[in-house]
Amino acid sequence: MRNLNFGYGISRPRAIDMDNNDLRKSNAIIHEMPELQACIGCGSCTASCTAGGITDFNFRKLHTAVRRGEYRGAYEELNKCMLCGKCRLVCPRGINTRAMVMLIKRKLGDY
Amino acid sequence: MAKRVVIVGGGAAGMQTALELKSRGIEPVIVERDIELGGKARGWHKLFPSFTPAGDIMRPLADRIRAERIRCFYGQEVTAISSDGVMLRSGERMPADAVVIATGFTLFDAHRKQEYGYGLYDNVITSVDLERMMNSGKVLLADGSEPRRIAILHCVGSRDEKVCQKHCSKVCCITGVKQAIELKEMFPTADVFNFYMDIRMFGPGYEELYREAQQRYNVHFVRGRISEAAETINKRIQIKAEDTLTGRPLKMTVDMLVLLVGMSANYENEALASTAGLSLAPNGYFKANDSFLGVVRSEREGIFFAGAATAPKSLADTLAEAALTASMVDEYLKNRYNEK
Ligand SMILES: Cc1cc2nc3c(=O)[nH]c(=O)nc-3n(C[C@H](O)[C@H](O)[C@H](O)COP(=O)(O)OP(=O)(O)OC[C@H]3O[C@@H](n4cnc5c(N)ncnc54)[C@H](O)[C@@H]3O)c2cc1C
Ligand code: SF4
Ligand code: SF4
Ligand code: SF4
Repeated sequence: MRNLNFGYGISRPRAIDMDNNDLRKSNAIIHEMPELQACIGCGSCTASCTAGGITDFNFRKLHTAVRRGEYRGAYEELNKCMLCGKCRLVCPRGINTRAMVMLIKRKLGDY
Repeated sequence: MAKRVVIVGGGAAGMQTALELKSRGIEPVIVERDIELGGKARGWHKLFPSFTPAGDIMRPLADRIRAERIRCFYGQEVTAISSDGVMLRSGERMPADAVVIATGFTLFDAHRKQEYGYGLYDNVITSVDLERMMNSGKVLLADGSEPRRIAILHCVGSRDEKVCQKHCSKVCCITGVKQAIELKEMFPTADVFNFYMDIRMFGPGYEELYREAQQRYNVHFVRGRISEAAETINKRIQIKAEDTLTGRPLKMTVDMLVLLVGMSANYENEALASTAGLSLAPNGYFKANDSFLGVVRSEREGIFFAGAATAPKSLADTLAEAALTASMVDEYLKNRYNEK
């Protein structure tokens, strides 16, 4: 049976669908920490990240996706963060990125 | 006798140059092909970065031109230029001791980017249309309702080889930030998304305004260029882009799509330059003599530039440059006529 492959499968569309994503959670996150919107995508947080140095954890990508309403897997992914706070030291926009990790986890805990 | 300088174009650059020349005892003459002074800036609602009404800057300039009795010719197009005068489309020649080219720029025609549906879809507008709507006091969708979700697209007709516009128009990023804030003030519950390739905030206070748009007004900035727009059955606009910061395609439907049109060189520049013996920069703008000390000087003695004729420029830069132009013209006339 294993060799039978008709070329069909059910794969989730990769596109971020801003019409159907539930943006209420991301709005609530932004509402609580508006500075998150000031991110300029520089990647300094990811570059300095302790967890990112040893796993494929990418903090910049993760919080950008969360802001677009893409929550799937975000909570588990954030478990890789060890809250060392190095990201906060380097963010050129002065975003309290460490607090953001905790905020996103709190908001997405029940997701 | 006062030396006479013909200024080609009565926009911000031409007016400011004329006023500065006049205060130096030189006789300026403005030739404007439109029926009034002011150029493009006359049509803007509020100016970045300070939200000053454009009329507060442009009207006093025109009033001063009148008060100083500076001669202006309206509805007259200059078709040939030399250091001792200009030729009008009517065939009339206008002699001068020096000439200033202040012919400005041309707005990019958004119809040329067919994939965005300007002119086809009712709720796709340009930044210039939005300024006009704000001037009229009403920003509404085609059916008269208020927009709840708006996308603003940067770099339309700029940095785009497909439409032969390789340059950055410089002012549209900050215009996009300004308009996003204005839209959020008008419609606080609406969501505004700016789609950009790079954000270029070159002027004083611009970066600060960008941050304010992000943090205080909650404008969403998405790094990625909209690749196409399509109209839905209920006249909304469906757009596609890559959210390059997550590396994934993104799609969404908006009520209104605003295209930040760029500043293109005037089509006539080539013909004008050839009559004057001048060359153009690769982007079609007039080429300044050098990039540092000769920014308002041309390759020909007696022909000068002011404003956006040489490159996309903000109004502040245009006005500052025009004062420099007047001082360079003054110096040239003194050296040429008074020394002997
Ligand atoms: C959408 C948009 C919004 C903007 N908003 C702002 C803002 O908020 N703040 C800011 O600082 N800047 C702004 N700018 C930039 C500003 O518009 C320019 O800096 C300014 O218009 C340049 O003035 P100018 O006189 O050089 O050119 P123009 O305004 O183009 O004036 C040139 C004049 O020359 C005339 N002319 C051209 N050729 C001939 C000819 N052959 N014979 C006779 N007359 C001729 C034209 O009719 C025109 O009146 C904006 C630009 C755009 C595109
Ligand atoms: S606090 Fe977390 S996200 Fe920030 S650098 Fe440390 S491990 Fe990385
Ligand atoms: S360091 Fe700050 S600005 Fe840079 S990507 Fe991270 S959160 Fe954004
Ligand atoms: S100023 Fe911004 S929007 Fe305008 S062409 Fe340059 S990068 Fe594009």
